Amino acid sequence: MAPQSQLTSACKPPHLYRLTNRMFVDLGIIIGKIAFVLINILNGAGILTWVERKQSALISDRIGANRASILGIKLLGLVNSLADAMKLIFKEDFVPPKGLRVVHFLAPIFALGPVFLTMAVIPFGPPVDLFGRHIKLQILDLDIGVLFILAFGSIAVYGAMLAGWASNSKYALLGGMRASAQMISYEIILGLSLIGPILAFGTMEPGAMVNAQNEYLWGWIPMWGVIVQPIAFLLFLPAAMAETKRAPFDMPEGESEIIGFATEYSGMRWGMFFLGEFAEIVVLAGVMTAIFFGGYHIPFLFDAVEKTGQAGFHFPWGMYIPLGEWTVIIMRMLAFGAKLAILMWLQMQIRWTFPRFRYDQLMRVSWKEMMPVALVNIAITGLVVLWLNK
Amino acid sequence: MITVKQVREIKLSMWQNTYYPELWRGMVVTSRHFFQNFNRFVGRAIGLKTKRPLVTFQYPEERRPIAPRWRGRHRLMLRPDGAPRCVACMMCETACPDKCIYITAGESLDGRIEKYPVAFELDLLRCCFCGLCVEACPEDAIRMDSGYIDLGGHSRGEFYMDRDFMLKDSALTTHSQYRGELDGVVVTRVDLLAQAKQH
Repeated sequence: MAPQSQLTSACKPPHLYRLTNRMFVDLGIIIGKIAFVLINILNGAGILTWVERKQSALISDRIGANRASILGIKLLGLVNSLADAMKLIFKEDFVPPKGLRVVHFLAPIFALGPVFLTMAVIPFGPPVDLFGRHIKLQILDLDIGVLFILAFGSIAVYGAMLAGWASNSKYALLGGMRASAQMISYEIILGLSLIGPILAFGTMEPGAMVNAQNEYLWGWIPMWGVIVQPIAFLLFLPAAMAETKRAPFDMPEGESEIIGFATEYSGMRWGMFFLGEFAEIVVLAGVMTAIFFGGYHIPFLFDAVEKTGQAGFHFPWGMYIPLGEWTVIIMRMLAFGAKLAILMWLQMQIRWTFPRFRYDQLMRVSWKEMMPVALVNIAITGLVVLWLNK
Repeated sequence: MITVKQVREIKLSMWQNTYYPELWRGMVVTSRHFFQNFNRFVGRAIGLKTKRPLVTFQYPEERRPIAPRWRGRHRLMLRPDGAPRCVACMMCETACPDKCIYITAGESLDGRIEKYPVAFELDLLRCCFCGLCVEACPEDAIRMDSGYIDLGGHSRGEFYMDRDFMLKDSALTTHSQYRGELDGVVVTRVDLLAQAKQH
């Protein structure tokens, strides 16, 4: 069947493709990848609400929420997350009577949607040969993937701004202004800090960036982004945390004391902002893994393509541990998951360790301290790249 | 006299001004707490004899031992013949700083005693558990119970103790049993004595 269908597709212009089994398989693969990523992000966000409670509890020597139970089953407090969801769904969904109804409805979608889209360009596993195809474990293989991440990151500003605007409340509007000012300021740092890795790896495609990190300096130091571009990482992490509006940068919400953009939101619509925040933790960990922590690569682990036919660990001192093709693939996907988990843990730990910035400090750190450092980093990286490529 | 205290502005060193070293120190502190508690929890879960992870007690299920010197709810004592020891002398009512004891005296038929309490009511919500009533009593008729700590209720009336309730061996009668509900935890005086001896 295959040769014939190739023949027909070669003879006809692309837009006249007939619906073949092959196309359905392609479609199924794409839908499968999207479902895999979406389910993982949503589950991850749900579980992170539990992780946040438990981790903060352990940091401050408490037990944490553990009282919600279904027929006596408590699951170490995981049921509390379910109870939260139930509460949010059944709460009254109040729309300010004089607010902009449509915009009020759209704002949480603007806050939540781009988060999921960002994950589309992150490769979550090595290419797999299945069903006679070379499948990249990445939803969208874009040449300008890094720009895509930044572009959709900046759409989240609209979520906060529109939420404040549509609420017909001056406090919410001021909160929205505060949020958008903060997010725009830190977006610049986000973009500038990513220029370093882009220069160092010579590409903007996340897949190629990940592969570039499986090369080794002097044969034994893995060229992870965090090793090649440590300053870029130290700028990217706080900027990204400010972008996701989590403590120590959580003035936009300031749930407990100052009034933020989500003041007039209740029920599941507020829950969408909240869910977006937790999904952002997952996505941010994914972006950091791909750009700074070698993506799905484990140091010194190569597959059959990279080391012609000899998949396995190739240590710099000459040791070779052969591994099967699929073992390598599964180990790499698990490595990606593990890196994700560690980075999410790190973000939680940061959130529960550092006190909140004052707003003027926040702006000062962004514009007067991080920006010059980012620019210097770009200049030095550019010079080094020029010198190396001379 | 007015004294002026000059507050010196703390100058951060260049090293501290880069933020990251100091942030790292903070992270080390919280991470130490996190991993210590985490390891103890996991250790307990897999059956190792690790230290108790946290000081928190899961109260209704898990109770801390009550100190033997704890004195809580009041109890009226009986004579060997089963009559109340109280002679309604009003000493406790007078001594009570909260005015939470209300005694109605009646004439006793027993020739040796003049009066007995027709009603002896105590409002626990007003009581500050100072123990002055116990000290004031010349007959050792009123005491405060040890070993019983959960004084809880759903209405104010439940905290209004009358004579017959206080005359019962109230260590055997929890507050909720008096209300007709069993809360499953029956502490006997024997248990309490054993507990007290352990300490």
